[in-house]
Amino acid sequence: MSAAGLPRGASSGWSRHVLLGSVLLVTAIVIGAPVLAVFVQALSQGLGYALASLAHPDTRAAILLSVTVALVVVPINTLFGIAAAWSIAKFRFPGRKLLLAIVELPFSVSPIVAGISYLFVYGGQGLFGPFLEAHDLKIMFALPGIILATTFVTAPFVARELLPLMQLQGNSDEEVAATLGANGWQTFFRVTLPNIRWGLLYGVVLCNARVLGEFGAVSIVSGNIRGETNTLPLHVELLYHDYNAAGAFAAAAVLTVVALVTLLVKTLLERVSGQAGARRGH
Amino acid sequence: MSAADLSAATVEAVPRAKPNTGMKRSRVVPGFRLSLGVTLLYAALIICLPLATLILVGARLGPAEYWAVVSSPRAIASYKLTLGAAALATVFNAVYGFGLAWVLVRYDFPGRRLLDAIVDLPFALPTAVAGIALTAIFASNGWFGAPLSVLGIKVAYTPIGIALAMAFTSLPFVVRTLQPVLEELDGEIEEAARTLGAGNVTVFFRVVLPILVPALLAGVSLAFARSLGEFGAVIFIAGNQPYQTEITALLAFIRIEEYDYPAAAAIATVMLGTAFVLLVVTNALQAYARRHELTP
Amino acid sequence: MRRLPFVTAAVLFALAAGPAHAEAPGSILNASYDVARELFVAVNEAYGAKYNKETGKTLEIKQSHAGSSKQARSILEGLEADVVTFNQATDIQVLADKGFVAADWTAKFPDNASPFYSLPVFLVRAGNPKGIKDWNDLVRDDVKLVFPNPKTSGNARYTYLAATAYAKEAFGGDEAKANDFVKKFLSNVAVFDTGGRAATTTFVERELGDVLITFETETLGIRKEFGADKFDIVVPSVSLLADFPVAVVDKVADKRGSKEIATDYLNFLYSPEGQTILAEFGNRVRDKAVAEKFAASFQPVRLVTVEEEFGGWPAVNKKYFGSDGLLDQQLAGQ
Repeated sequence: MSAAGLPRGASSGWSRHVLLGSVLLVTAIVIGAPVLAVFVQALSQGLGYALASLAHPDTRAAILLSVTVALVVVPINTLFGIAAAWSIAKFRFPGRKLLLAIVELPFSVSPIVAGISYLFVYGGQGLFGPFLEAHDLKIMFALPGIILATTFVTAPFVARELLPLMQLQGNSDEEVAATLGANGWQTFFRVTLPNIRWGLLYGVVLCNARVLGEFGAVSIVSGNIRGETNTLPLHVELLYHDYNAAGAFAAAAVLTVVALVTLLVKTLLERVSGQAGARRGH
Repeated sequence: MSAADLSAATVEAVPRAKPNTGMKRSRVVPGFRLSLGVTLLYAALIICLPLATLILVGARLGPAEYWAVVSSPRAIASYKLTLGAAALATVFNAVYGFGLAWVLVRYDFPGRRLLDAIVDLPFALPTAVAGIALTAIFASNGWFGAPLSVLGIKVAYTPIGIALAMAFTSLPFVVRTLQPVLEELDGEIEEAARTLGAGNVTVFFRVVLPILVPALLAGVSLAFARSLGEFGAVIFIAGNQPYQTEITALLAFIRIEEYDYPAAAAIATVMLGTAFVLLVVTNALQAYARRHELTP
Repeated sequence: MRRLPFVTAAVLFALAAGPAHAEAPGSILNASYDVARELFVAVNEAYGAKYNKETGKTLEIKQSHAGSSKQARSILEGLEADVVTFNQATDIQVLADKGFVAADWTAKFPDNASPFYSLPVFLVRAGNPKGIKDWNDLVRDDVKLVFPNPKTSGNARYTYLAATAYAKEAFGGDEAKANDFVKKFLSNVAVFDTGGRAATTTFVERELGDVLITFETETLGIRKEFGADKFDIVVPSVSLLADFPVAVVDKVADKRGSKEIATDYLNFLYSPEGQTILAEFGNRVRDKAVAEKFAASFQPVRLVTVEEEFGGWPAVNKKYFGSDGLLDQQLAGQ
């Protein structure tokens, strides 16, 4: 990778300033302004109002629900991501490419398609509907449905982060460890994990952000019960249509803060892993 | 899709893409059964089962009726709108994303790191938040919407607004695919071209751009795929009027709300099929980009 | 970490088994139409107090609001609502057809099980700058309309049918002319939201369109919320009576043992106290004394009903709202 700050002799002068200026301007309009708007609108009725609307039981319940969903989904998808990356990166087997494509599929499938699909499986009229009803199990319009739909949408995050890393590192370290008599878990925790930890963390952080923010798929499988099956993004929509734009933007501000923190953590991780990589590689 | 995997996949994996050859059937590495078992179980239950059910429900329609649903005028109008808006968003991102990546890699200026971090915001920000924020700004009483409406330009509740929301959510794909390739491309080739007497414009179009095209295509196809499926950001800013500003995802959603499950399934399978085709195309483009990256 | 498969299994099991019994018997869920949000906050508070006084126990009444048809669909798919308070009989009929609600549900409560009613009226910006007086003003080229999608919103179905009823009368039953009128009417719509409240937001907060067509109760609510000086209500020469029917969802209530509470909750809507709250939120009510008290809030209007004008909901749904019904054709022709 080239060092930053190479001499860029040719691109000096006005063309440089024009390009830089227009990129910054467009970024301010397209990315900066929406973020700013969230906070401005959230405070449009004063800080007290914003805080009060966040303290409302329904909003608190929505925050709690979103956190609960994240606490379940992120570990599941982390385990899955590690397993998927491990099996696909370290081994060759028939159908490997197909499996890779399937693992990546949720990225390109619309969340709406995901939500509809889950409805067809677990809904009252769906594939398992009669069975679930007979056994009094509730999945749709309840926490399990929200968790399942979110799991689908965010499935590939950790895996996609780890795959290139594991491929890059190859198998030699693990092979050495195995020859020296380490068992599987020892190999994983002592040899592999230290190599992939930053990438793993990075995937987990991104996965978490997407879990907290999922809207389309969840809007199909949630029953819109206030204080019970409304995740925070759904609650934003609900308040938005409740004559309560300021309250909606206050809830949106919480999510925006989470996003900004995510970016911060991500940037820090990049710096740490970049240094670690440089030390290791050269 | 996260940005870093792209950068990692396109760049770092490349120089040492060879090691894979050394692990033919090497089962010295432990955990094959466990990891593959977990992966297959998960892929089957979480990913394949719902999608297969969707296809099944769609298939119950029968070919004639299926065709009637997916080719109804309203569905066709929604495809046109979705494809058109996604194309517009992608073209915008190709230009703007290119400029952004160029500035981030080539220029040193105060706030560069901040700008670099901000690029990922659309990935981290919930789409619904992006949707209401963009709507608030671009509605005719918003910060930008008000001056624009004086000029007679309407953004919110028009296809332009839809394209804007799509552009927002898919911007990082283009930037993050281009960035690593640009970094690889140090000034030497350009210097060489210049010493041979080529002007700036010639150098850019004859030397730089051809090297970047594969990565640009890969990023653009990712952005396009994401735009086609976007829902949360779009529904707030779209007018949601059938035949005018109703995207395909919303049409599927509305069919669900109307209890018209087979129709919803049929439209959803069209989206699923498109997503799959685009995934294949994207992977091919990425592989192509990777191969062409090392040539210099 | 050898426990990994077990952990996974345990998590999956927890997912499946989760909140099947999470709801305490001390709560009921009311699934309602979109623009009734504030109304039922007030109703629930009053009923909760009454229940507490009578029984000494507390009752939590949960609310779920969305387009009426969407709610019916959610209940069929497993949303465990004890009672429904909808804005359209067909949406309850769907539940009755599938055995969720008693077949004779209209006889279970007075007034065809509809304790209150409203009608579509127009809301225009202050001073009525476009001079909107009646339905025929809404097909002018310079007028943009906002109302939700008739496919998902009961509110919008009343609007659509009211416009159709007006056109049928205005053209003396000439179907082709009436059809053209409604077509033009639909082509003037600026935004089709999926629910009534989203349409309100579009009109009020985003300042889109010249006329919002929605229930009278919603227009009164908007004026209360945003100031009476910002919007004017225009009541057209003729509109459609919109019954707001209620029912106990027997299938759910039997299972949860909440039938008695659910019935009592709905009966409360008919009590003078309940009717007063309904009227305060701009609904027209059945109780003579209460109606008298609020007479000043409601402008007189000639109302036609779905039964006499269109021969009942089943006929309406078949002719207008089904797939490839008149509505689809009118929208497609634009």
